[in-house]
Amino acid sequence: MTTIKELTQEDYFLSGHTACPGCGGAMVVRETMKVLGRNTVVYMPASCLLIFSDMYPYNAFTVPSLQVLFETSAICASGIKRALKRLGKDDVTVVAFAGDGGTADIGMQAISGAAERNEDILYVCYDNEAYMNTGIQRSGTTPFGAWTTTTPLGGTEEGRGKNEFKKDVPRILMAHDVPYVATASLGFPADFLKKVEKAKAKKGFRYLHVLAPCPVGWRAESDSTIDLAKLAVETGIFTLLEFEDGVLTLNREPRFSPVRDYLKLQGRFKHLKDDQIASIEKWIKDKWERDRALAKALGPKPKAPVMVTK
Amino acid sequence: MIESKVAAKGERRMVTGDYAAAWGAMVSRPQVVAAYPITPQTMIIEHLAEFLAAGKLDAELMRVESEHSAMSAVVAAEATGVRTYTATSSQGLALMHEVLFISPPMHLPIVMSVVNRTVAAPLGIWVEHNDTMPQRDTGWMQIYVEDAQEALDMVLQGYRIAEHPEVELPLMTGMDAFLVSHTIESVDLINQEDADAFLPPYKPVHAYLDPDRPLVLGAASPPEYIQESRWETDLRMRRAAEVLEETDRAFGRAFGRTYGGAFETYRLEDADVALMTLGTVTSTAREVVDRLRTQGERVGLIKLRSFRPFPMERLQDATAHLKAFGVYDRAVSYGVGGPSYIEARNALYDTTTMPILGFLAGLGGRDVTPADVELMFKKTLGAVGRGRRASGVHWIGTRGVSP
Repeated sequence: MTTIKELTQEDYFLSGHTACPGCGGAMVVRETMKVLGRNTVVYMPASCLLIFSDMYPYNAFTVPSLQVLFETSAICASGIKRALKRLGKDDVTVVAFAGDGGTADIGMQAISGAAERNEDILYVCYDNEAYMNTGIQRSGTTPFGAWTTTTPLGGTEEGRGKNEFKKDVPRILMAHDVPYVATASLGFPADFLKKVEKAKAKKGFRYLHVLAPCPVGWRAESDSTIDLAKLAVETGIFTLLEFEDGVLTLNREPRFSPVRDYLKLQGRFKHLKDDQIASIEKWIKDKWERDRALAKALGPKPKAPVMVTK
Repeated sequence: MIESKVAAKGERRMVTGDYAAAWGAMVSRPQVVAAYPITPQTMIIEHLAEFLAAGKLDAELMRVESEHSAMSAVVAAEATGVRTYTATSSQGLALMHEVLFISPPMHLPIVMSVVNRTVAAPLGIWVEHNDTMPQRDTGWMQIYVEDAQEALDMVLQGYRIAEHPEVELPLMTGMDAFLVSHTIESVDLINQEDADAFLPPYKPVHAYLDPDRPLVLGAASPPEYIQESRWETDLRMRRAAEVLEETDRAFGRAFGRTYGGAFETYRLEDADVALMTLGTVTSTAREVVDRLRTQGERVGLIKLRSFRPFPMERLQDATAHLKAFGVYDRAVSYGVGGPSYIEARNALYDTTTMPILGFLAGLGGRDVTPADVELMFKKTLGAVGRGRRASGVHWIGTRGVSP
């Protein structure tokens, strides 16, 4: 495994892109690309990433990249890979970088299809917990209680931020029994890089879900990205886990520090009442209980049917 | 179809239109095929899967989870630099609509067979052109075929037109649901060697994804650049009109049959009035022309094949001697008329003042009988000498509606 110290000084996602200060998404892409290297083709959907990296005539990637549509990351990455295979370039890594909206919501059908077919691609979801590019609208992965522009504050029940809990995308992917599913946080770079390296080495469908704080959308200071990414893990609200060949491992037992420490740094949670914070605390507790039970219950997946290879 | 005797011949067999299209795809050697099943296109992908299983087709076959993904997969594969194929119908094409706009500006010469079928509501599986015609402004070429042989030939021709370095546009062929897709006809199944001689391997010029030659495809663009891309795509569509004709002639030299390029004419030269049809109604209309001719009526026929690029100038020349012109459509633009009627009126506005009549019939797959077609001719004949005021849209064979 490459340590952070050994990580290449070379960048495949260059500075000069136009992401906001403290953008977690840009950090996810830059660090992932350092591990994937130059023998890579990138797909990205219409997203913050596209706008801050590939606005003609500017381009931040030193590797080839394609953008087709918002909901087509998984299928387009699959199409690229199939074509590369035909061209005798099966050694090229094909990676899709998509946000949470393009993944958890509008892109879900294509991801599910690609996962079921075990397409040989790496899918990286940088989860900034809302549609940030279009101006902070709620998505399936927006956490409970969060203010967004489509869950605004007001005097009624509807005016207390998002009323639903975060969609658990990694668990959906686990249900597809793909070779590799992992979550990561920018606050734990060694763990993150190790997982990218592992994912790169595997064949078949690999899914990485990386928490990518967005200071603009989270209404936080632009130098708090890494602190937020650490606190999300230490409060237990975001779980570091790994699912390999059917075996689920919870990578880091958090300190379970009060979730209020995490919430109070973010303007999107400023309005939360005690009962809402209590709901979040309970949700964290329940989630950990269930994930622990799940980790215990999930054994190695059933062996694949025997195939005669050419 | 115009046939000559001296030409390459494949194996002649009785097959459906879907089989013929699948065969055409197979001998075109696509490297990535992606498709999703929908009636009446299903047999195309079933046959391709059979060819793959039998070792006759050497390609990646992606059995994807929707038509949206089928089109996205071939867009991405084509952008990587390989020849691709897909097929769909009706709602499937409607679901692809968003993705169709991607390939023309990106120079991705994808070929797709569409089995023309009714678009809901009401739900219907029979022929109508209301699935393909609304895709008019996506930048795809659209060729309508009349029978199984043409469905096969136009896949092979389609790649050669689409991949022409001055075209590089995607092409869809339209064949009538069941009347072509499921009807068994005698078809010359072009052999691989002859297909290879006609269609060289695909060499991408402008679109490839290769780490050794990094390229950005599909970048976001500010207004400073997008209009030039639109202009350039328009230019290639205009050039495609010529390449279409050249390719059909080259096909004739290789295989002994041609289709007249953008349209085929029948007994048009000395005709006073003519009808323009597309799809299977053409076969019926030829019979009607012959019958009316024996009755002394000087009528002729234009079988429109290419809806995009639309043969503006050729149509002006071909109709210059006519006294009235009827245009048949199996699709309707509500409140206006049939799409090819609208196109024909636009094309002929500068060159003629004769009446141009629009006819709508066979919608939702209703049979279009010789009597229906005869009525179209009679109405067109009746409009002679009455000037543009005699133009208008007529619904033929509609219950409770007088045509």
